[in-house]
Amino acid sequence: MAFIFGGETLKVAIIGAGVVGSLIAREFTKYKDVEVEIFEKLPDVGWGVTKANSGVIHAGYDDEPETVRAKYCAHGNALYTKLSEELGFPLKRTGSLVVAFNEEDVKMLEELIDHGKKNGVEGLKILSKYESLEKEPNLSREVIASLWAPSTGIVGPWEVAQSAMENAVKNGAKLHLSTEIKSLKTLPFDFIVNASGLWADELAESAGVKVTPLHPRKGEYILLDQPQLVKTVVFPVPSKAGKGILVLPTIHDTLLLGPTSEDLPSDYKERTETTSEGLAKIVENAKKLVPSVNLSKSIRTFAGLRPENELKDFVIAKDDKMVNIVATRSPGLTSAPAIAEDVVSWVADIKKLKLRSDFDPYRKPIPRPYEMEDDERNALIKKDPTFGRVICRCNKVTEGEVVEAIRRGARTLDGVKLRTTAMFGRCQGSFCTVNIMKIMKKELGEEFEEMEKNLPGSKVVDGVSR
Amino acid sequence: MKMKYDVVVLGGGAAGMGAVLGAKENDASVLLIEREASTGGVLNQCIHTGFGLQVFKTELTGPEYHEIYKDKMGNFDALYETMVLSIDFDNNRMKAMNSNGIHDIEYGAVVLATGARERPFESLRIPGTRPAGIFTAGLAQKFVNLENHLPGHRAIIVGSGDIGMIMARRLTLEGVEIEGVYEIMPYPGGLTRNIAQCLEDFNIPLHLSTSVIKIHGKKRLEGVTVAKFENGAPLKESERFVECDTLVASVGLIPENDLVKRKIEMGSDEGIFVDDLMRTNYENVFACGNNVCIHDLVDFATVEGEMAGRNAALVAKGVKLPSRVGLLSPKEGIRVVSARYTTATEPFKIYIRVDRPMEIATVNVNGKAIKAAVNARPSEMIEVTLDPKKYNLKGKVELSAKGVKR
Repeated sequence: MAFIFGGETLKVAIIGAGVVGSLIAREFTKYKDVEVEIFEKLPDVGWGVTKANSGVIHAGYDDEPETVRAKYCAHGNALYTKLSEELGFPLKRTGSLVVAFNEEDVKMLEELIDHGKKNGVEGLKILSKYESLEKEPNLSREVIASLWAPSTGIVGPWEVAQSAMENAVKNGAKLHLSTEIKSLKTLPFDFIVNASGLWADELAESAGVKVTPLHPRKGEYILLDQPQLVKTVVFPVPSKAGKGILVLPTIHDTLLLGPTSEDLPSDYKERTETTSEGLAKIVENAKKLVPSVNLSKSIRTFAGLRPENELKDFVIAKDDKMVNIVATRSPGLTSAPAIAEDVVSWVADIKKLKLRSDFDPYRKPIPRPYEMEDDERNALIKKDPTFGRVICRCNKVTEGEVVEAIRRGARTLDGVKLRTTAMFGRCQGSFCTVNIMKIMKKELGEEFEEMEKNLPGSKVVDGVSR
Repeated sequence: MKMKYDVVVLGGGAAGMGAVLGAKENDASVLLIEREASTGGVLNQCIHTGFGLQVFKTELTGPEYHEIYKDKMGNFDALYETMVLSIDFDNNRMKAMNSNGIHDIEYGAVVLATGARERPFESLRIPGTRPAGIFTAGLAQKFVNLENHLPGHRAIIVGSGDIGMIMARRLTLEGVEIEGVYEIMPYPGGLTRNIAQCLEDFNIPLHLSTSVIKIHGKKRLEGVTVAKFENGAPLKESERFVECDTLVASVGLIPENDLVKRKIEMGSDEGIFVDDLMRTNYENVFACGNNVCIHDLVDFATVEGEMAGRNAALVAKGVKLPSRVGLLSPKEGIRVVSARYTTATEPFKIYIRVDRPMEIATVNVNGKAIKAAVNARPSEMIEVTLDPKKYNLKGKVELSAKGVKR
């Protein structure tokens, strides 16, 4: 057996089961003699920063070439193709347009092309007014040019985290949910990865590592039942505040508007409420890009927090005992696979880790009869009839899918929602919630009054009738 | 599995049951496809009275109405817990899925009776947090009446639609404190009889021109901020915090026609455009009930269903029904019309909704008053009979409503 620092096996603790932590966990399980344990404060995987963002796999043209972001974004984007095949989460390369309305904007597009070239982004092209409208017919007629980036894609960010974590666990990692780590100082592990999102600066400090402090930057969104209004991700030209308010399709065929970009005090790390000002701003800006956005088709609003710092850049602080991954702001989701690969190969290098031969890179997605051909559907239903019984009529989710989601770890309504898309559609669960709770009761043996929407204390019902 | 029927009815609620009976009585072979395990639809959870006055001339509860109508229907073929995945209108076939697999069904005619869904509270874009404890009225009703569970202990009702008011009464009877009903419009959204029987009789306050402007609570709802509205905007000085653990939203129903979108002609409110035979833009496709327009009474949906079923049976047997010759065009004062086209053959009933309260409203056909309605409100449909012998119902027919002072 190879000699390994600290003993025969390297014991690794990962703090945070977001997209970064989950991908790092999976990456570590590729190596021999490593024991991986993941600690997550929340009751499920991917419920922090990962849950509420645009779900865009950015091409990588708007990060200034000398930044850490630029180093990881385009590479992370490229890694998503293989990742999606191995982990079975849906990825769609929609491409994106950055829309210019005046000459100054056009100059910006040229600058973006220049950044893109330096960052290794391929296929960038400036489109004329008519080429832009041909790509995206519902775009504002005021457009004069746009930047086309074919490699931009969309995913369900939480699905990336869930599938990576499922695969990591399959390959031997141990996941501890609802387990908060308050300090890194005395953790009995050989190596620690701090991927705790909004709390990464505080945790780094608990281990004596000084990093630029974080504050939450809030992004509010509006989700609409207006599928196919746009086929690509539509951006305004970026400004100092960031990438701006977008209009984009989601991977689950709804329309998403947002995000706003509001810097909050550093202690507002759980303040995800939406505001009337924020929502009004989204509407105003989205309509500039795509005037036919129809707000009467709204399904819901939400907000997420991004970990931001004064550098407006990722900080990855490594030493031989610990890696702190801090300020994974946009494009954190895109960069996550590249960060995971880079961090873990660096650890493998210094700890002299060897690759396993029995690592299984594949994770089977939850079977989805609605998207299958008839032969495949019939075979599945014959094997398990519950895959023929539709529970969520908006998104055509079957009983079999809900059962499978529970077997893969869903313990709350949101756990089921974020694994199956049931309750995610235009009725927001008014038809299917009761039926889903009945399935949870059968699978988990829980009574209705014990069931929660998401966080501990978020009871769905309270008490029985007379 | 392959199947073939004269008439296939999608949806087994009040309208679909009518369609099954209508088709059966005209000697068609009928198949009902229903997503739930039985017929009845929302009637099963509506344990209050108020049903059946038109169809059975007696006041019934929802389950009673369902049972009595079920006896009337007798036996028929049905696929329960089955979902139609797609309809190929050009080749008269549809694909449905259930726990036995995929079914390929050929039809002579089809009746769409898929009802409506509730507009979710989240669609109102009210700022704040997103805690547990927020229900649509129908979901709260299902928990209480079918599952014997309470949504919470102190609730407000947002929107004064009929189900909201009925739930205010129902929850009060179950010991839940109803702090109030909040309606953003200056007039109520439901029937007058429900305001009296569900709110006034139980001393539940109805706050008009008032609504929720913010949601509080991270895990479970802790309260809401409400405010008075003037000209569509909340008044700062009227803001008030209301402590509650439950919010029940009754903010409207939306015709549920996702399956046939972009194939069947429908309006911006997603209701299907039918003619006086309940026929859609395909000559062998009919629609009835709440997926055409939201009705005040279940009875109206059943009556429409019976007509749709009858006409579907005729078409399936090769009878040529009269063609469309007129277009009903809602103009000033009218928000909803239940039928959009005419064949101008027989007298027929339509339902209209005015777009604002009027002390006395005249309903006009091409500018000529044909009916007066006292105390007309958007929440109460006005029934109008259009007789082609009396009015010209060919070409473009303008319907309007005008308020006249007493």
